[in-house]
Amino acid sequence: MTANENTVTKKKKRSFADRWNGLPGWSRFFWIMGGVIFLFYLPELGNIPGTNLEIPGLGFLRTDVGVGGSDWDSILFRCAVFVLIALGLNVVVGLAGLLDLGYVGFFAIGAYSVALFGSQQSPVVKLLRANFDLAPDWALAWSWCILLAIVLTMFSGVLLGWPTLRLRGDYLAIVTLGFGEIIRIIARNSTITGGPDGITAIPGPEGAPNAQNKYFSILDQKWWYWLALVAVLVVILAVRRLENSRVGRSWLAIREDEDAAAVMGVHGFKFKLWAFAIGAAIGGLSGLLFASQQAFIDPSQFNVNLSILFVAMVVVGGAGNMAGAALGAILLTYLPERLRSLGALEFLPERFQDPAEFRYLLFGLAMVVVMILRPQGLLPSKRRARELKDRAQEVPVNG
Amino acid sequence: MAERSVLLKVDNVTLKFGGVVALDSVSFDLYQGEILGLIGPNGAGKTTCFNAMTGVYRPTSGQVVFDGQTVSGKKPYEINHSGIARTFQNIRLFPEMTALENVLVGTDSRHKVSAPGALFGLPRRWGHEEDLPEVRAKGGPDRSWQEFKRSAAKFFGVSRHMQEERAAERKALELMHFCGIERAANEQARNLPYGSQRRLEIARALATEPKLLCLDEPAAGFNPAEKVELMDLIKKIRDTGVTVLLIEHDMRLVMGVTDRIVVLEFGRKIADGAPAEVRDNPKVIAAYLGVPDAA
Ligand SMILES: Nc1ncnc2c1ncn2[C@@H]1O[C@H](COP(=O)(O)OP(=O)(O)OP(=O)(O)O)[C@@H](O)[C@H]1O
Ligand SMILES: [Mg+2]
Repeated sequence: MTANENTVTKKKKRSFADRWNGLPGWSRFFWIMGGVIFLFYLPELGNIPGTNLEIPGLGFLRTDVGVGGSDWDSILFRCAVFVLIALGLNVVVGLAGLLDLGYVGFFAIGAYSVALFGSQQSPVVKLLRANFDLAPDWALAWSWCILLAIVLTMFSGVLLGWPTLRLRGDYLAIVTLGFGEIIRIIARNSTITGGPDGITAIPGPEGAPNAQNKYFSILDQKWWYWLALVAVLVVILAVRRLENSRVGRSWLAIREDEDAAAVMGVHGFKFKLWAFAIGAAIGGLSGLLFASQQAFIDPSQFNVNLSILFVAMVVVGGAGNMAGAALGAILLTYLPERLRSLGALEFLPERFQDPAEFRYLLFGLAMVVVMILRPQGLLPSKRRARELKDRAQEVPVNG
Repeated sequence: MAERSVLLKVDNVTLKFGGVVALDSVSFDLYQGEILGLIGPNGAGKTTCFNAMTGVYRPTSGQVVFDGQTVSGKKPYEINHSGIARTFQNIRLFPEMTALENVLVGTDSRHKVSAPGALFGLPRRWGHEEDLPEVRAKGGPDRSWQEFKRSAAKFFGVSRHMQEERAAERKALELMHFCGIERAANEQARNLPYGSQRRLEIARALATEPKLLCLDEPAAGFNPAEKVELMDLIKKIRDTGVTVLLIEHDMRLVMGVTDRIVVLEFGRKIADGAPAEVRDNPKVIAAYLGVPDAA
């Protein structure tokens, strides 16, 4: 039986991953560099920079070609932010195997930390000025807000994880779902967070939003995209290092057999807590970018739907595989926009023609289709795909 | 073995599952450096005894003292860190990992570096030639790349994390060689033949650097020749200084390899002594032949 299986796998065509790993190091390096350069080129997609020439065909992919299309650079930015979220959630759901339905909570905490401490208009900044004898235009510098957002989200990740990570499966999902709502409701009902009105004048890398800003302006979103792209690349490198380390092995061991792992000396709770904290920090970072680019946030932007949407991105793309999670995020952010600029959504009820709303319809459909045809996701992690198959076989047929 | 020091003391351990008394005031000692056999008919409580020792279950009463510390009531990973490793009767490898990765999970038990160390590669050390990554790389077509990585590592230093990973990989391969499965290193654990899986479990347990190795029917399902080979391996393990507690059904096999034997029946200890004594003990004979115990 096993011998048979082995010969079968040997006969199979070499997979992409095998071929990739077979390449010499320098060759891989150049492929990656090429990919990164292409990503940075994306805002110009279709044009040859510095000239008036066009590359035929490529421009068709942009979202601003048709009538009423959306600004291509801001779509790219949004894609990058959602990719960041998907990467963070992938650490929790895909790598550590913990279903977190309250991820929007961390996104919100990241967004609110730059809003509350960086904005001139924030009640927190006003309070600090009054009590600590600070300059009348004092607010925390944006770069410090990054650090603050990461520290606060990590801390809240640990705070949420400490009592809840002892729970398994469904229980954890429900508690985290509650967490996401709690954060939103606090933000809505507390005066210190600006309540339902939210916070304006959230700063970016060049300080408070201002018409004179050279790079990070409201009119030209290119630099925002590049900033988010840098964040994505840094996070990919970081998560890769974790995956290929003791930490990644422990996550995998916990996912496969938690009790056996414990007997082998794996401190499951500690590594799950790390997954939560790291995932939370990445979520916080994306929240910060989101808030800075918008320059305005209010609690309604952080509702539960968004949490479900995040999980859907990871699951549709392929949990456990960074490329998969990223693909899920890109598809489900980009497609609705592109379809709208094609005028392809006109037949839908008015409510769904707005991409923000249509996205939910698409998500629902994508989830159903993917779960039927490809339950492991579009680009699954090989290991997770097999785990899933095993589990399916364990379920009695006549359930 | 003039001075025999006690490594593990099972002291009056009782373990109940609802109404079922799986262990009933069981006491025995395990001496440093011996191979102790734990035998008994099906359902006697042998596996439960392992579970009580390794923290999978908490004894209802009584305690387990290992190396001078009370370990009963501690978490399984803590007990592992204090030096008890085990295998499982129904193999419990990490099926999606390669054989090597399975053993690496074992070595992780002794590692210090966690997420920050893996992320930032700190602290770093310079100039430890032998610890540099890929130093002993083969001179294949990729030589220049290896050379480049090597000089980069020299320049930037090598993180403690990297050093641990290198050492772990080397140690894991050595252990796999020791257990006779080095050729399976890159196979997925699930695809290994049954015998190799059993051996891999032993390698993984040894990777945690235990003082005491508990083997739960490691030769189950083996043919006689394979069994003999495995017993040789167990003796080899003992000779490296690891104390072994062995559950095995095959009486003849146990007699050949163990220094002492403890016999359980219905959760109670019915005999404890040298193999020859135990074999001639009427209670043991009765238990194994199914004669109702008169005593
Ligand atoms: N988790 C559990 N819940 C309830 N009863 C259990 C549990 N684990 C073991 N038992 C019971 O405890 C008793 C001892 O079981 P144990 O597995 O320790 O026997 P064993 O000596 O290892 O037998 P075998 O030779 O078949 O492996 C049995 O009656 C078994 O049914
Ligand atoms: Mg048993």
